[in-house]
Amino acid sequence: MSSLSSVASLAADTLDAPPLSLGELTYRRFRRHKMAIFGAIMLVLLAGYAFIPALFISEKYANYTDTGLRLNAPSLAHPFGTDTIGRDILARTIYGGQISILIGITAAVLEVLAGILIGATAGFYGGWIDAILMRLTEAMLNIPQIFLLIVMAKFFAGGIPDIHLLGRTFSGSVLVIMMIIGLTSWPYLARIVRAEFLSIKEREYILAARATGTPTYQIIFGHILPNCIAPIVVTATLGVANAITLEAYISFLGLGVRPPTATWGNMLEGAYNYIESAYWLWLFPGLLIVLIVLSINFLGDGLRDALDPRSRTV
Amino acid sequence: MNTLLEVTDLRTRFHTPEGTIFAVNGVSFTLHEAETLAVVGESGCGKSVTMMSLLGLIPIPPGEIVSGKALYHGKDLLHLSENELEHIRGKEIAMIFQDPMTSLNPVLTIHRQITESLRTHMGMDATKATQQAVHLLDLVGIPDAARRLNEYPHQFSGGMRQRVMIAMALACMPGLLIADEPTTALDVTIQAQIIELAMRMREQLGMAMIWITHDLGVVAGLAERVIVMYAGYIVEEARVDDLYEDPRHPYTLALLAALPRADRRRGQRLKSIPGAPPNLLVESKGCPFAPRCELVAEQCWAANPALRSVATDHRTACWFDVKGMQL
Repeated sequence: MSSLSSVASLAADTLDAPPLSLGELTYRRFRRHKMAIFGAIMLVLLAGYAFIPALFISEKYANYTDTGLRLNAPSLAHPFGTDTIGRDILARTIYGGQISILIGITAAVLEVLAGILIGATAGFYGGWIDAILMRLTEAMLNIPQIFLLIVMAKFFAGGIPDIHLLGRTFSGSVLVIMMIIGLTSWPYLARIVRAEFLSIKEREYILAARATGTPTYQIIFGHILPNCIAPIVVTATLGVANAITLEAYISFLGLGVRPPTATWGNMLEGAYNYIESAYWLWLFPGLLIVLIVLSINFLGDGLRDALDPRSRTV
Repeated sequence: MNTLLEVTDLRTRFHTPEGTIFAVNGVSFTLHEAETLAVVGESGCGKSVTMMSLLGLIPIPPGEIVSGKALYHGKDLLHLSENELEHIRGKEIAMIFQDPMTSLNPVLTIHRQITESLRTHMGMDATKATQQAVHLLDLVGIPDAARRLNEYPHQFSGGMRQRVMIAMALACMPGLLIADEPTTALDVTIQAQIIELAMRMREQLGMAMIWITHDLGVVAGLAERVIVMYAGYIVEEARVDDLYEDPRHPYTLALLAALPRADRRRGQRLKSIPGAPPNLLVESKGCPFAPRCELVAEQCWAANPALRSVATDHRTACWFDVKGMQL
């Protein structure tokens, strides 16, 4: 009797095993990816580093200049040392981290929005709409992004006044940099989305959805888009890393975010004069940039593998 | 009996790089309320294209509806805007497709796919749509409907998916269900269940049905009238019993002769129709069936015979009277 009931309960358990949704499957595959887990944990720590200490250290302190303390080596009072005009580097990496992460995420969001909108329109409607949008995309791809970025940064710089938000003051250049990174990054994603749309819109289930009277916008966003979410998620993740690198690059050239607003990128500006004499000027912000970009790339790689529909491993 | 759908002179073409494909060439038929009409014919003879033209599901371009009228409740389906058609598709005329394995969106739950049309067409809120969806799944015989609602298509078998498709099609209680070879991709026992289900639904909802198939065995048990199509033309139209007992077109004769029969003597080979359906890239001048017809004569090459009435509710497009003939 007892053996019989155990058999029965075994069968019932197997049948009742909750269905694995796409999200659960992805999570299971993702968990196996050691580097991706490392990346995810590292990202949480870096975000914590940028946002939690800000509760105890004021931005005023991060921007406080004391020429008497210029170029001090790391000490107890200033664990990461001070910069060329005596600002505390630890405090500046904390507030700079916020801006760098903010720029990374906003630029990636802009990239995804523009990429989806343009790619989906081109892929779904085809014909001359597709032709025009894709020529535009190719034109954008033909111009090196960094070059475009420098020109736009130079062109728009200083045009925007400071922004006051949540009791804090941001240099208007933060907004400019976000916008131009986002608006120069979308062509790659647009091409991916278009290719996915071209293939998925011909599937039978899209015909079936049309046959039940589903409105066109619902077909595009409710039926086709969810089918290409995997490459979009991966591109968006890598887009954050790319935006942070680009911000660092352009700020390093002095065309990016204007001081006193700190970013990890503009802290490097001018540090090259002190490569040997004051290593702490470039070591800490540089290290943070390397860490965040690496972590995001690991995360992106993990997501790419986990979201791959051809991967059958559970 | 009231007329539900009246199609006259429907012509659909596809303009491809290889040339124009004459897919549907002047198809006319009527469908009465609560009637079941079967459309039979070989693959590629325009059955599906005819139905998809009616619902505006033909991609334009490359497709083009050259002429025709399709009156449904007094509205001409062929001249409605996309917006107006969206209100008819799924609500008044529903369609189910051949392959249930590919007709459901793999990344959306069954719940989402069933409730969608309830919410668009019937304006139901989420809770009510969910209740209705459970009810519909129950109705089409899916056990444990409430739980299965939240599953994804890959967790359903082929037969179950076709049941889901039928549930989706019936969601808004349409007046007409177009079934495009709904059992072709299923194995025989499941086929029987799906047909039985469709018949039960038809009785319960009192809806009309157009059943596209190339299985004459299915037709006999299901339909009241049959249309035989060949190369984009209707070649014969009759009540189902008349078609089997008194076929009037050589193509119908040949199709019936090609049916495997249990009472046929062993060792005898199944009779087949020689050749293949014609190339639709050329608009045929004569009868499209002439190249494969055993009764072909001079005039068959010269002109294509129009549909003519040979008995009550019985029309055929042949120059000859093939009454009582055997192939």
